[in-house]
Amino acid sequence: MTEPLLSVRDLTVQFPTRRGLLTAVDRLSFDLAPGEVLGLVGESGAGKSMTGSAIIGLLEPPGRIAGGEIRLKGERIDNLPAEAMRRIRGRRIGMIFQDPLTSLNPLIRIGDQLVETIVTHTDRTPWEAKLHAASLLEAVGIPAARARIDSYPHEFSGGMRQRVVIALALAADPELIIADEPTTALDVSVQAQIIAVLKDLCRDKGTAVILITHDMGVIAETADRVAVLYAGRLAEIGPVADVISRPHHPYTRGLMGSIPSLDGGRDRLEQIPGSMPRLSHIPPGCAFNPRCLQAFARCVAERPPAYRADASEAACFLLDPAMSPAEAAR
Amino acid sequence: MLAFLIRRIAEALVVMVVVAFFAFSMFRFMGDPVANMMGPDATIADREAMTKRLGLDQPFPVQFAAFLGNVAEGDFGVSFRVGRPVIDLVKERLPATLELALISGLFALVGGIGLGVYTALRRDGLLSRAIMAISLIGVSLPTFLIGIALIYLFAVELRWLPSFGRGETVRIGGWTTGFLTGSGLASLVLPSITLGLFQMTLIMRLVRSEMLEVLRTDYIRFARARGLTTRAIHFGHALKNTLVPVITVTGLQLGSIVAFAIITETVFQWPGVGSLFISSVQAVDVPVMATYLLFVAGFFVFVNLVVDLLYFAVDPRLRSATTGGH
Ligand SMILES: Nc1ncnc2c1ncn2[C@@H]1O[C@H](COP(=O)(O)OP(=O)(O)OP(=O)(O)O)[C@@H](O)[C@H]1O
Ligand code: SF4
Ligand SMILES: [Mg+2]
Repeated sequence: MTEPLLSVRDLTVQFPTRRGLLTAVDRLSFDLAPGEVLGLVGESGAGKSMTGSAIIGLLEPPGRIAGGEIRLKGERIDNLPAEAMRRIRGRRIGMIFQDPLTSLNPLIRIGDQLVETIVTHTDRTPWEAKLHAASLLEAVGIPAARARIDSYPHEFSGGMRQRVVIALALAADPELIIADEPTTALDVSVQAQIIAVLKDLCRDKGTAVILITHDMGVIAETADRVAVLYAGRLAEIGPVADVISRPHHPYTRGLMGSIPSLDGGRDRLEQIPGSMPRLSHIPPGCAFNPRCLQAFARCVAERPPAYRADASEAACFLLDPAMSPAEAAR
Repeated sequence: MLAFLIRRIAEALVVMVVVAFFAFSMFRFMGDPVANMMGPDATIADREAMTKRLGLDQPFPVQFAAFLGNVAEGDFGVSFRVGRPVIDLVKERLPATLELALISGLFALVGGIGLGVYTALRRDGLLSRAIMAISLIGVSLPTFLIGIALIYLFAVELRWLPSFGRGETVRIGGWTTGFLTGSGLASLVLPSITLGLFQMTLIMRLVRSEMLEVLRTDYIRFARARGLTTRAIHFGHALKNTLVPVITVTGLQLGSIVAFAIITETVFQWPGVGSLFISSVQAVDVPVMATYLLFVAGFFVFVNLVVDLLYFAVDPRLRSATTGGH
């Protein structure tokens, strides 16, 4: 890999609560190459949104980065002063949220929201910014973009609004876009279009994407690599095709098993029994051990590090090359 | 837009007729107007003539219709107490009350919004907490106590400001104003603060909680994610959205300033319609009381109408909802 665009090392996000310190993201590490699309999957509460918010520096207090580091082209960005981080947001890292209906300020014309973003981050005059805004709206596929630039958000459908949101996130040509379930709130019929718009634009501009979603189908079609989170920890990361067809981590295997196969056959293999532990009740050792059919003594005692497995990495002792076959068989 | 305006005005008229009905009912149920006007030594014949002249022998609906007709023509009857047309009495007193209401309304509005925004943005600041604590006192203390405290401190002890009356006034046409003289302006300070303090506190608390709410919304989060400056996010985005829901309550608060003015005018011996009302109550001067009721209601209805139009100007969603899109 060339120098990574984004490098996350041992990222830890914690929340002090009345019942103690909760760790929502636990020593998470991964790299992202320029222009690469990384899927981020995991059950609800796995820490996907927290990871995204931590990277762009928008964790809601009292949540905070309690450890590790985040580098953007080698420069640390997790401990920057607020103003320096603000300049990175929008300009170098953009973010798209789940709900386009509430992401746009209802009282401000979409053209003005675009112009404001462009003028904040570039040297363009407001007039140039407005031209650029129109071309952005065209690029995301808003029909009659020039005429609609003075419209208010409520005058657009949900799908059109999410296109506007994408235009806004890309307005200053960031190097990375974090898209947090960008289509979950939308009508199924427009979900594929929105993903296509996002994917095509980012490919054309060479923008890297962290795509957070529950939809493995979308990941399979869109992402280059995929990271699977479980209870705030990385379970497995690797090229999409590998993770889908040859998952190494027992959790990933279960996850892939519970996806209907593409030909619509009924080969639903195993559904993972049980559910992900709450943050306050994460078991010692491997967080997956209560649900893992292959768990053994070591799984309760130690937390597994990430082991290399083919082109992927997975945090499971079964992949430890030093492990004796006898131990695994128990 | 026009249809909306016409509908609102029609509604306002209905409200005014209902209020007029209550005002009119006062004539029936509060004392005997004939006895009030003629005194104890009038003859029976005189009384009957007077009853006829006032139309009091007519059936109730006819009397009410006649009352409405008179009111529409600006004839509010003759004061029992002073024997002059009520409209003249009110005209003399109106400038004092309206100027007081205007200044205390501005004080409440500017102070309320300013402090509300400040305490929302500096949520955990020491000064914010102090302001919030003091504001609790502002809401819970009765107006007259605040007035008396202010008089004691600034008029009696410090002797900085006058404690009663309007000071020197200047006459412009039919209007007497206190805005053009030093003593007129100085006289406005204490009563305006007294009258506006309660409203200011309410507006401040409302703006604060609304702003905190807005700062938690997705579009503010998205504005942050786009790297807009804090200034643009707070004042370009959040403030605007905060003020929309605040308009209604604020409008009503400002409307109620005129009603609350009764107490302040009494404490500061302010020669406005509020103190006119108080002296009328003491004398059971029903025409003046009825007119005052109409006046306060009219002011409320007017403020409401302005509020509706403001909404229209501020919220694009409303605009296209009532005009059926662009
Ligand atoms: N303010 C908070 N205080 C304590 N815990 C929190 C707080 N906010 C979030 N969490 C916890 O952090 C964990 C991670 O949340 P996160 O939003 O990242 O999940 P997610 O993977 O994005 O899930 P989803 O698919 O539902 O969006 C969750 O278990 C959540 O309960
Ligand atoms: S480390 Fe142990 S418990 Fe965890 S997934 Fe691997 S086998 Fe299962
Ligand atoms: Mg989430």
